[in-house]
Amino acid sequence: MKAMGRLLPTPTLSLVLLAVWLLLVRSIAPGQLILGAFLAVGIPLLTRGFWDPLPPVRHPVKLAWFVLVVLYDIVKANIQVSLLILSPKREPHPGFIEYPLQVKEPLTITLLANTITMTPGTVSSNLRLDRSSLLIHVLDMEDEQALVREIHERYERPLKEIFEC
Amino acid sequence: MLGTALMISLGLIVAAMAMNIVRLAKGPDVPDRLLALDTLYVNSIALIVLLGLWLNTKTYFEAAILIAMLGFVGTMAICRYLLRGDIIE
Amino acid sequence: MTFTLFAEGVVAFLLVAGGVFAFTGSLGMLQLKDFFMRLHGPTKGTTLGIGCILIASMLYFTVTQREFHVQELLITLFLFITAPVTGHMLAKTGLHMHLRFITDTRGSLPELRNEDVGQNRVARPAKARHPWRTRRRSLGKPRLPR
Repeated sequence: MKAMGRLLPTPTLSLVLLAVWLLLVRSIAPGQLILGAFLAVGIPLLTRGFWDPLPPVRHPVKLAWFVLVVLYDIVKANIQVSLLILSPKREPHPGFIEYPLQVKEPLTITLLANTITMTPGTVSSNLRLDRSSLLIHVLDMEDEQALVREIHERYERPLKEIFEC
Repeated sequence: MLGTALMISLGLIVAAMAMNIVRLAKGPDVPDRLLALDTLYVNSIALIVLLGLWLNTKTYFEAAILIAMLGFVGTMAICRYLLRGDIIE
Repeated sequence: MTFTLFAEGVVAFLLVAGGVFAFTGSLGMLQLKDFFMRLHGPTKGTTLGIGCILIASMLYFTVTQREFHVQELLITLFLFITAPVTGHMLAKTGLHMHLRFITDTRGSLPELRNEDVGQNRVARPAKARHPWRTRRRSLGKPRLPR
């Protein structure tokens, strides 16, 4: 068991690498399976030193629900932004917000920043070095506090529940 | 029906690429041009995928992957150069 | 027969929707007024447009050739992961170069410290280890890279 742990430090990453390899070569011939397994074991071993330890996923069901919510929001965001761009009469009011972060793990902050960029009218633009706040550019800002609250309720709290305690 | 949709989609993508080139030519600052170039990359992936649909082959799939990766790495490298004046420290 | 017709309709809808999204993304990049506003079009519109077109291609080849074609998922996932990163880096570059924004920008742009935009070198712990020599070096105090 211990040798297994030493050979496969990150089983999920290995599985993803194997799947990507099989998709890239577009076949599931035995030779490709063996080569893919070799790569899936070798690459994590070679790059292990560069990875920060990743926090474990605590609630897989919540993670799946979060992904669905984000996908829905991406489509909604696009329709909003498209309407804003296509209607020349309405002048958007851009603005900057400094969003106070509550999550502390690097992975969680990355996921939150990416989610913010992909969803309605906001682009994350700078992270403070001490990870205390995130600077967000908003395409059409009406109420600053409401936006901060919405981001917190909709994205940050689920992420915190999934990856941190 | 599919042919019409394909033609509409191709026309829209080509128009989008033309607009990107206009922004690339007149962008007032370097980041504007970089953004236009990045969007041009992404739109060219769409063009290649549509070409694959049009010719009914999957040969161009690898080209699309290569363009996606090169576009990302190139944009990152130029951003990093603009930010720190250096790419690999 | 009807199933093929239905799938064809879905593919046609996805193709047109993808084209429209990519078009509006680029239109936004062309006509909005300052750099930070222009950033919104490509990061959202173009990415979703390409996603739609890739999914349409996947569906089309799956239905016509009667076997699973999921390779396009690879490009779709790659784009959806990298597009926000590119947007973040471009916004950071814009802030760093002090691009001007239009005058009625709301909210307060906080002053940027030099380390935040990456002008100064940053102290971080030298944590990277040799690939197979696993003996852990002592993690002393953080030192400046070179």
